[in-house]
Amino acid sequence: MDRLLPLIVVVPLLGAAVLVAAGRHAPRPVAEAVAGLAAAASAGLAVAALAGPPGVSWVGAWRPQGGHSVGIVLVGDRIGLGLAALTSLLVVAVLAYSWRYFDEPPHGHGGAFPALVLLFQAGMCGFALTGDLFDAFVFFELMGVVGYALTGYRVEEARPVQGALVFGFVNSLGGYATLLGIGLLYARTGELGMAQVGRELDEAAGAAGHGADALVVAAFVLVLTGLLVKAAAVPFHFWLPDTHAVAPTPVCMLLSGVMVEMGGYGAARVWTTVFAGPGGVPAAGARRTLLVLGVASALVGALMCWQQRHVKRLLAFSTVAHTGLFLTGIALLTPHGVAGTALYVLGHAGAKAALFACTGILLDRHGSVDECELHGKGRDTPFTGLLFAAGGLALAGLPPFGTGLGKALVEEQSPWLPALFVLVSAVTGGAVLRVGARVFLGAGQAGREDDEGPETAGGEEEPETGRRVRRPPVPMVTVAALLLAASLAVGTVPALTGAVTAAAEAFTDHAGYAAAVLDGGPAGRPEGPYDWWTWTGAGLGLLSAALAVALAARSVGLSSRAVPWSAPLRRLHSGHVGDYVAWTVAGIGLVSLLALW
Amino acid sequence: MTRRLRLWVLNAGLLATAALYAAACTGLPGFGGSRHPYGDRAVRTALQQHTANAVSSVNFDQRAFDTLGEETVLFACVLGTVVLLRQTRGEKRVPPEPAGVPAALRRYGLLVLPVTLLIGLYVIAHGQLSPGGGFQGGVVVATSLHLLYIAVDYKALERVRPLGLFELADGTGEAAYVLLGAAGLIAGSAYLANTLPLGTFNTLSSGGTVPLLNAAVGVEVTSAVVVLLAHFLGQALEIEGEDGDAKDGGRTA
Amino acid sequence: MSLLPYLTAGWIFLVGVHGIATSRNLVHAVGCLAVTQSSTYVLLLAVGYRKGATAPVFSDLPTDAPVVDPVVQALALTDVVVGATVTALLLALVVQTAKRHGTVDPDELSELKG
Repeated sequence: MDRLLPLIVVVPLLGAAVLVAAGRHAPRPVAEAVAGLAAAASAGLAVAALAGPPGVSWVGAWRPQGGHSVGIVLVGDRIGLGLAALTSLLVVAVLAYSWRYFDEPPHGHGGAFPALVLLFQAGMCGFALTGDLFDAFVFFELMGVVGYALTGYRVEEARPVQGALVFGFVNSLGGYATLLGIGLLYARTGELGMAQVGRELDEAAGAAGHGADALVVAAFVLVLTGLLVKAAAVPFHFWLPDTHAVAPTPVCMLLSGVMVEMGGYGAARVWTTVFAGPGGVPAAGARRTLLVLGVASALVGALMCWQQRHVKRLLAFSTVAHTGLFLTGIALLTPHGVAGTALYVLGHAGAKAALFACTGILLDRHGSVDECELHGKGRDTPFTGLLFAAGGLALAGLPPFGTGLGKALVEEQSPWLPALFVLVSAVTGGAVLRVGARVFLGAGQAGREDDEGPETAGGEEEPETGRRVRRPPVPMVTVAALLLAASLAVGTVPALTGAVTAAAEAFTDHAGYAAAVLDGGPAGRPEGPYDWWTWTGAGLGLLSAALAVALAARSVGLSSRAVPWSAPLRRLHSGHVGDYVAWTVAGIGLVSLLALW
Repeated sequence: MTRRLRLWVLNAGLLATAALYAAACTGLPGFGGSRHPYGDRAVRTALQQHTANAVSSVNFDQRAFDTLGEETVLFACVLGTVVLLRQTRGEKRVPPEPAGVPAALRRYGLLVLPVTLLIGLYVIAHGQLSPGGGFQGGVVVATSLHLLYIAVDYKALERVRPLGLFELADGTGEAAYVLLGAAGLIAGSAYLANTLPLGTFNTLSSGGTVPLLNAAVGVEVTSAVVVLLAHFLGQALEIEGEDGDAKDGGRTA
Repeated sequence: MSLLPYLTAGWIFLVGVHGIATSRNLVHAVGCLAVTQSSTYVLLLAVGYRKGATAPVFSDLPTDAPVVDPVVQALALTDVVVGATVTALLLALVVQTAKRHGTVDPDELSELKG
């Protein structure tokens, strides 16, 4: 099975190549079937690999000799493979969601959209599986390039092209910073593999008798920059709301569901494999960096999320808030923190993708994603409303959703964490419930049209189905329901938590990873005892869900969502490329300060 | 954010980044040093694999998976550009007027076109022996076709550039790389393993799969650049908005 | 000054970033992004240089000749391709921005805020 790991990345590539070569002539159902088949085959391979024992695959058979290799390794560790499986399954869901209804451009570009989605899948799976720093950069860029194109897909409209441009500038800049960092590491160690670089750093430190010097810290900061841009951590986050608000809905499901989480995964992976040893950066510095940025993202994301009327932008800011929580969980740098975060990511992917799916249905029926304009318009589709509300409660961490379980497991790690997690979950979940109550129940007032302060309204958007649909299309509703069911399953199947906990233990083992990759040691851990739902965890989940309901109930009647003192913060989200680039370099400075302190 | 505030944030960030980077440089090995462990291994492996151009050995053999990703980035970019620069609703295509070209330019262009084409093909074919390969040669081949646009006019370029065929070649080049990689698996080794006979050092057929992967990339890059330029040229010369904001009709002499 | 090549790479990165952030024209900003990226080529090639060595191509060299690091050259090639593609895509987006917004000045793009 190990030998087949590259196929997880390569099968979607082949599918995309076939679609491009034949797409002009293939009728749409055939193109969609080919894409679905390729995505599903890749998902099947990833799931099959997860069922077997973990292993590594040296591409080109360049296996290491004496701990050194000239090749690239793909690592089938449970967390990376799990993320690849999640990506592939979500891609299948997205292709099903856009099946038949999603409006494709005419004039012989029939297979272009599914082909781009397959390339996106390949980029993310490659990034999740690779054990080589430069290879990770290549797949990072592949994700980026496809992401810009997919975001700007609806070129007939003004906003998507602006959002895609911002995405392109900030992400590319982050990628180049990462590559500078990789260059520094190569200069020091003469290696590119994560395990090899980590080992060389440790050996050099052992020989010199000291830990990190300026070069290692700088490399850490620069490599982290690109990953934090991808993870949309404050102050690298500005691109995310602009992008997710304007991308086609199926693309938003992928961007928010897995791509942003790839940034957090990358940060954790690079830290544990390269920098966690004696030759890396001190754990205190890494923890402080991720913790400060994580908490700041969670708070800024929640505050901004609450004030949006553009529903997709609201969901985008909730993604900023939740990735903030993920970074906080990762920052603990413990197996339990990673295990909880992994479950949280799984649950969040289902819930957030389902919410975007429901919002897409609103867009396709009413040509708007504006909370005020949509007031009461969803009253005739109670089932979609039910799904939307369930998604909101899942975001709030209601047990037994996977989000609630992940949140509970991370919260138990430190006494002050519950306050942050409950607050952020309640505000983001509450914002979604508020929208749900207004749109699907017609509760409260429509809301004033002329709210003070800078804001993006969501009216007069083109439906993505070509023309408005009368009733919610069956595939779209089915996909949303299945995604929520999956999110629920994450929190109700104990075996999954057991597997994730064992995976997290292997993931955080710096020396174990190097041994598994370079010396053929065991790559996994046997499953041991694990934590599951506790009364406290479930209680805190119920508390944040109750708070979310209370917040929503209190705010439906109010005419304004604006939090008065936050106007300066809202003004910083200006949509200006120059501003965002300035914040990105300022972020490099901030991260260096936090890492060094 | 005001321009002033942006400059403050920017300059603070730049200063901090400069300090961080400069501090890092003091820890780098001196420029031109002799310690290159990966490089030395790569050179040894290239010679052992009968690939005279060590860079090609790294690109198409030792780190061939990177190159697959790289080729895919280009492939994705072309697909993305095709989508982004499509003719939208309300836009129409107007064939540009033929433009006059000075006779000397025409003669020169038509003279160097076949030479450029030949050089491009040579660079692709000799990627395992001399500097170059599929990426570099592919760009040269694609450029040579565009000499027709410079030396004759857009119509002439369009005649040698059937887009459907080049899109087919674009997909085929990508698929060929993917399938050549799978051949390694089928042969019982790893994905992208170099399982072919390595041939005689410093001949065209040396390097095992390297020349084949090189050719696949050459096909992909050639067609990718042609398709890419076609869409940019289409935007510049052909596509007009509904309000008839006429583009300048191409290259006016 | 054996650090000069490395410092040059850093300088190119910084001026590129400064250019993007202060640009009044998106085409210019895309150019600045390409400048930023070229810092990575300079760093990679500087890292791989070896005094007195030549290009790692053995078709007309003895096989024991000292050569510079071929790995960074391969990486730089990949990097160049990535840079060219990103530039092309962003320029395509700028073309559409000019059509939809009627401007390529980032100061005048105001559809997304708050």
